[in-house]
This record gives sequence, structure tokens and C-alpha cells, in this order.
Amino acid sequence: MWTLLKIELFKIFRRPRTYIAFAAIAAIIILIQLAFYSDGENFLQFGMQSLKESFDIKGKILSGYLVCFIILQTLLIHVPLLIALVAGDSIAGEANMGTLRLLLTKPVSRTRFMFAKFLATLIYTLLLLLFMAILSLPVSLSVFGSSDLIIMKSEMVVILDSHDVLWRYFAAFGFAAIAMTTVASLAFLLSVFAENSIGPIVATMSVVILFTILTTMDIPLFNAVKPFLFTNHMLNWKGFFEEPVNYKSIFKSGLLLMGHIIMFVSAAIFVFRKKDILS
Amino acid sequence: MKYMLVTLLLIVAPFFLFAQKEEELVKKVKSKLNQVNSYEANGIIKIDVSFIKAPNSPVRVYYKKPDKFTVKKEGGISILPKGGFSTNLNSLFMTDGYTIVPAGETNLQGSKVKIIKLLPPDESSNIVVATLYIDEKELLIKKSVITTKESGTYEMIMLYGKYSTLGLPDKIDFIFSVKDYKLPKGVTIEYESGEKKSSAARPGNQKGKIEITYSNYVINKEIVDSVFENNK
Amino acid sequence: MPAIIRVQHLSKQFGEINAVDDLSFSVDKGEVYGFLGQNGAGKSTTIRMLLTLIQPTGGTIEILGLDLQKHRNEILRQTGAIIEKPDLYKYLTATENLRLFASMSGVKVSGKRISEQLEMVGLADRANSKVKTFSQGMKQRLGIAIALIHDPQLIVLDEPTNGLDPQGIADVRNLVLHLSKNLGKTLFVSSHLLSEIEQVADSMLIIDKGKKMAEGKVFELFGSSGSIVELKTNDNNEAIHKIMQSSWQNLIDKYDTDKILLKLNKEDIAVFARYLVDADIAIQSLSARHSLEDYFLTLTTSNQHVDAFKN
Repeated sequence: MWTLLKIELFKIFRRPRTYIAFAAIAAIIILIQLAFYSDGENFLQFGMQSLKESFDIKGKILSGYLVCFIILQTLLIHVPLLIALVAGDSIAGEANMGTLRLLLTKPVSRTRFMFAKFLATLIYTLLLLLFMAILSLPVSLSVFGSSDLIIMKSEMVVILDSHDVLWRYFAAFGFAAIAMTTVASLAFLLSVFAENSIGPIVATMSVVILFTILTTMDIPLFNAVKPFLFTNHMLNWKGFFEEPVNYKSIFKSGLLLMGHIIMFVSAAIFVFRKKDILS
Repeated sequence: MKYMLVTLLLIVAPFFLFAQKEEELVKKVKSKLNQVNSYEANGIIKIDVSFIKAPNSPVRVYYKKPDKFTVKKEGGISILPKGGFSTNLNSLFMTDGYTIVPAGETNLQGSKVKIIKLLPPDESSNIVVATLYIDEKELLIKKSVITTKESGTYEMIMLYGKYSTLGLPDKIDFIFSVKDYKLPKGVTIEYESGEKKSSAARPGNQKGKIEITYSNYVINKEIVDSVFENNK
Repeated sequence: MPAIIRVQHLSKQFGEINAVDDLSFSVDKGEVYGFLGQNGAGKSTTIRMLLTLIQPTGGTIEILGLDLQKHRNEILRQTGAIIEKPDLYKYLTATENLRLFASMSGVKVSGKRISEQLEMVGLADRANSKVKTFSQGMKQRLGIAIALIHDPQLIVLDEPTNGLDPQGIADVRNLVLHLSKNLGKTLFVSSHLLSEIEQVADSMLIIDKGKKMAEGKVFELFGSSGSIVELKTNDNNEAIHKIMQSSWQNLIDKYDTDKILLKLNKEDIAVFARYLVDADIAIQSLSARHSLEDYFLTLTTSNQHVDAFKN
């Protein structure tokens, strides 16, 4: 298994495509940091207008913690694309290249092959998140410094003491890992059905975008559906930035996402085991 | 016309007579407060606003005559009612020329207090009217209600302890009206649990309360002006 | 001799279509087994079933004496293959591709073995070039090296000469013979070109529309219909006269003023040519007509098949 995994990782990390994601994340994060560095105060003034009507807010608002939160909020919507880029390519890409048929004549069971593929995708996803975490948290903190974290929610403003923030990020990144793995496993499943990687990548993104739109639109009709959309639960990393943290809700979301992962991956393996390779 | 004017004078005249006495009282309170040229103290701010969740935060409070006032939180953010503390009591008193109007007596915190209304000397003042509830015996302001042009009405309730001889409270409760707060969900991108939100945020204006508990006053120690700058 | 591959009543349906229909055959150890059929006859489907890429609808496959369903990995460990185009990882070098597929086969290969394999297929100087820079022929040769890297018993080559130039085709032919005759490997080689199979195969199987048309030793198939050799001389009448007098007379199939057709075994062609020279007959041309082609003509139902095999 380890050999197989090594082979898959070797394939992933020898491809230029893999590094597009890392470059894109670095670019987005650095852009956000630059934007906040140059004009963050104005942006925040704008965002806090309605709060400032009633309150005087004193102290440093623009902190590394806040920038990291904004980066996470912005990026976790887009990272699924970057994950789909590799996960959706996982099987379909090999089918398209024509290497799949040769691989599957090797003495490796399809189940193990799929596990190795999925594990490699998972590792890629986690590395991407780790990369993102390092760029967005320690770098933001060193540029903007630390302060209490003020989070503007739609109906609530939450202020967290600066000493009470770091663990939340660790937990949030952990949760984000589960959320992103869900996307990866969806792309992985779709990848089994296609013979070129564009299909599953686009299909995964369409699902994520559609669900995200449904999730973010505040329309009562959609609100009823939201608890059933995995994209909605993907946002529950924010649960760690509530006071008090609603562990039950986060746990439920996490469990639901894990359920999706298991479902997607088992379906992928099930289908792939029976599949005739015609590519 | 003449008749009417006379009638008006007859009605208003007693207030002016009373006002003499009230003015004395205000002067006494003022001179008591005047003992303090500046102070620094530790404070703990507790925010009780339906849509704000914040931990009780320890702050440092600074005041300097006549009207310099600020709150600082080391490495953090502190939230105060808008304009509230700049219309600080002391600063209110340090400005002269208010018209004093007596408005009776009542009971507050178990003691008898006089109600006095202060009207600003000119139109440009932010304060429209301030109502003070003064404990005549101890010469302490127990409660004040200040209506401002820009920031609405604030109610302050003061509790005194150790520093009552200097007119410095141990605790101030700030009660004020806040505008409803809402951002579109598309902007904040929120998780939806599907559970009905407890109707925490009622529509329209609502009351908010901020409590500051003071301790360890350092009185009349020189404070550099730079402390009051940069009140972001 | 034990059968390396034994296929019984193999069939595969794609929806309504019978891609492979009740196919049975067996391949002996050490032989080169030609698998002939036109494009779309079911060759690829059969090969993919042999390599577990496609699940048969019915029938059994035994390879190396083991049931393919039950002993998939054991069998595949002893199998090397090229399936259609040799598609490899373009962003990896030749060496990396070799190493990758070798370890997929569960084999740790030394650098020496890799160089040997690359040497054998003539790619030693391109060992560290990325495959995307390779020509079709180079990819094909690298594909063969990959099929052989783990030293398998059975080698399945699906259309191995596709897209190769004449020199490349000759190279592949020689390699096949070398693997079979010198190394004792069993080779299962498919093609839609009769001439190719005829030159290397010991036995062959011809299929059409998923059904077996013929199976047997090439020699037997060859013998049953006879190999036709076409002779043209400066003076056919004189030539006929001379041949009629000789021991070759029984082999004359038919003749006219334009050409003489004889039934000859392959090995006898050279002997016959020597006789013609000795008998002072002026040869314009002496060529073997593809006897299997003629043979196949009698087997296939429609004429459109002929074109595919005339080459």
C-alpha cells in the first residue's frame, strides 16, 4: 500500500498542474494581505458602519487574526476548485492519458488502487490546507500583529479575546480539512465516470457552486433545504468562532461531512471495481 | 398678550427661586468632583447587547480635566456606547454656563435624591438636556440621563464605594438605545443549522447595557496627553 | 505442452451488442500466438478480458493454469502488456515510467536492469528525456520495455506495430521472435494485418464479429489451403514445359501465358527458386501470394473484409 501511495504521490507532485493550486493560494492570500495592509482600515470602517452608529470601538481591529479569518472566509469558497483540479483528475486523467488501462493490468487490486489514489488526493488536500494555514495565520500575525478578533455575522457581532483565538484556528483548519476532503471525495467519485478530467472538475465545481449559492441566499424556501446541503455544513468551521462554541452543531456537521466522504469514496470504489475499462 | 406674559412669569418664577438652591447643590458637587484633576483606573467592561457577544474585558481608563477621557485595552478591542464616555459626567460639570432647572425629588438606591435638569448654554452643544439625580447628603450623582443630538439618550447609574469622597464611582451602568444590526448573509456567508434562531435580535431600536466596574484608582497623577490620542 | 492461456466459452455483451461471442481457444507455453481480426472484430475486448480490464459476461479464462477471477494478481504479476497505443506518463522520463510500472508490478528494479531494457529497445540515450518529447515509435518501444521490465512469462501485445515505420515493424518482429525463441516467453500478439502475424506466429486465432473463424497452427492452416506462389518468366510456355518435366510438376496449380501459380510450402520457395535458376528459366518475378489471405477469403462472409487483410 505504501508503495502504491508513494507512486501516486510521485505522480501528483511531478505534475505542473499540482503547483497551480499552491501558486493560486499563495497569490490570493498575498493579495488579500496586501490589500488589507494598504487599505484595510477603510474597508473595515465600511464593514462596521452599522455597528459604529451605536458604538465607539477602540483598539486595534485590523489584526492578523482578523485578516486570517477574512482569508479563510474568502478562500474556503474557492479552494474546492483547486482540490477538484487534482481530485477530479485522479482517475479520469489517467483514463484520458491512456495510462489507466496499463496501470490496471498490474497486480494490484482495484480496491487498493482506489485507496491509494484517494489517500494521495487526501494528502494533496491536506498539504494545500497546511500551506494555506501557514500563509494565512503566522504570516498575517507577523504582518498585522495580534489583537482581539471581532467577527461580523449577519445578526451578531462576536468579539473574542486575543488569547482565546489561536486554538479556534487550529480547530477550524481541522474542520476545514474534513470539509475539503468532502469536496475531494466528490470529485474523486465523479472522476470514476469520466474519461477526461474536465468533466469531473466542472461537475464538482458546479455542484459546489450551486449548493453554495443555495447556502448563501437568504431565502426562506432555500433555508429549509440548507441543512441537507453538505456545502452548508462545510461552513461550520465558523462554529469555532462563536462564544460559546456549539460543539454539538459542529460535531453534527463534521459527522455529516464524514458520512459524505465515506459515501462518495465507497461509491467510487464500488463503481470502479465493476467498471469495464474501455479508455 | 400682556396678561399671558404675566401668567407665564408667575408659573416660571418659582423655579427660578428654587433654582437658587439647586445651583448651590450643583456647585457643591462640582467642587467635590474638582478635587480630581486626573485619574487612571482599571476597569472591567461587561457588554450586554443582544447582538454582541464579547467576553468581559479588562481595560485601563484614563481621565484628565477638563474633558479628556479614554479607555484602552492592551492588545485588544474595547466597545463603548457611542459618545457616551466623552459626555462624561466630569466633563459635563467642568463646562460652565448650564441652566439649572429643578425637577423634584425621588428615591434611588435607597436614598433620597434631587432631580435636576441641566440645559446647555448654547445651541451648538451636543447635549440637549441632562437630568441628574443627586444625593444631597453625600453630594454624589447617583444617576443621570443625558439626551444628545447625535447619539440618542444615555442613562447612567453610578454605584459608589471606596472613592465616594472624591465622587468617583465603583461601577457605572450605561443604558442606551442601539440601532438594530444586520448584515446580508451573502456577505457574511454563514452556516445555517436549520434550527430556528431564538429571536435575539428584535427589530427596531433596542436597549443595550454596558457595565464598567472600576478598581485601583490612581488619582491626580500626571497623564501625558498622548494617551488620549489615537483613539481608534 | 501445458496451456498458458485457456479460454472457454468467453463472451462479452455491451448492451445489445455481442462484442465477443462464445470464444474458446488455448495458447501453449513458449509459442507466439497470433490473434487476428479486423478492427472491431472483438480483439481489443478479448485482450482486455484477458488482462482483467473488462469483466466477461460469460465463460472462463485460465492463465498459467489459474482461474483469472480468483488469482488475478498472481497471474498479472507474470504478465506484461501493451494495450493499443502505448500511452505513458508524458511528464515523466523514460526511466521514471519504467521504474513506476515496475514497482506497480511489485518488482524493485535496479538501475542496471532499467538501462538494459532501454538498451534493448534502443532508447538508452533517451533514458532521462520526458516521454512527451518521444515519437510514436519511441513510445511504442518504451511500452515494450515496460511490458518486459518485470520479466513476465506471458506477454500480451495488442497491435504492437501500429503507427510504426517499416524499420520499427521489423524491429518489433525481431524482438517478438527473440523473446519467444531465445527467452522462452509466451506471446499473445494481436493484429489486423495478416502478413505480420504470418511471419511470427506459431499458432493463430482468427475472429470476426466476436466469433471464432479459425484456430490452429499456422503451418496447419497454411497447409490446408496451400501457399500460392506466383511465377512470371520471360517465356511462360517454355517454363511450363520445363517444370512439367521436373519433380515440381505436381505443384502446379494453374497457369496461363501471363503467370504460373504453384502450391508451395514456405521452406520450399527458396529451393524452387534455385531449381528455376539451375533450369535456366529467366525469372521476371517470383512472389508468394498471401495464402492465409486466400484462406481467409473463404472464411469471411462479405467481401468488404478483404480489403482489411490485403496489405
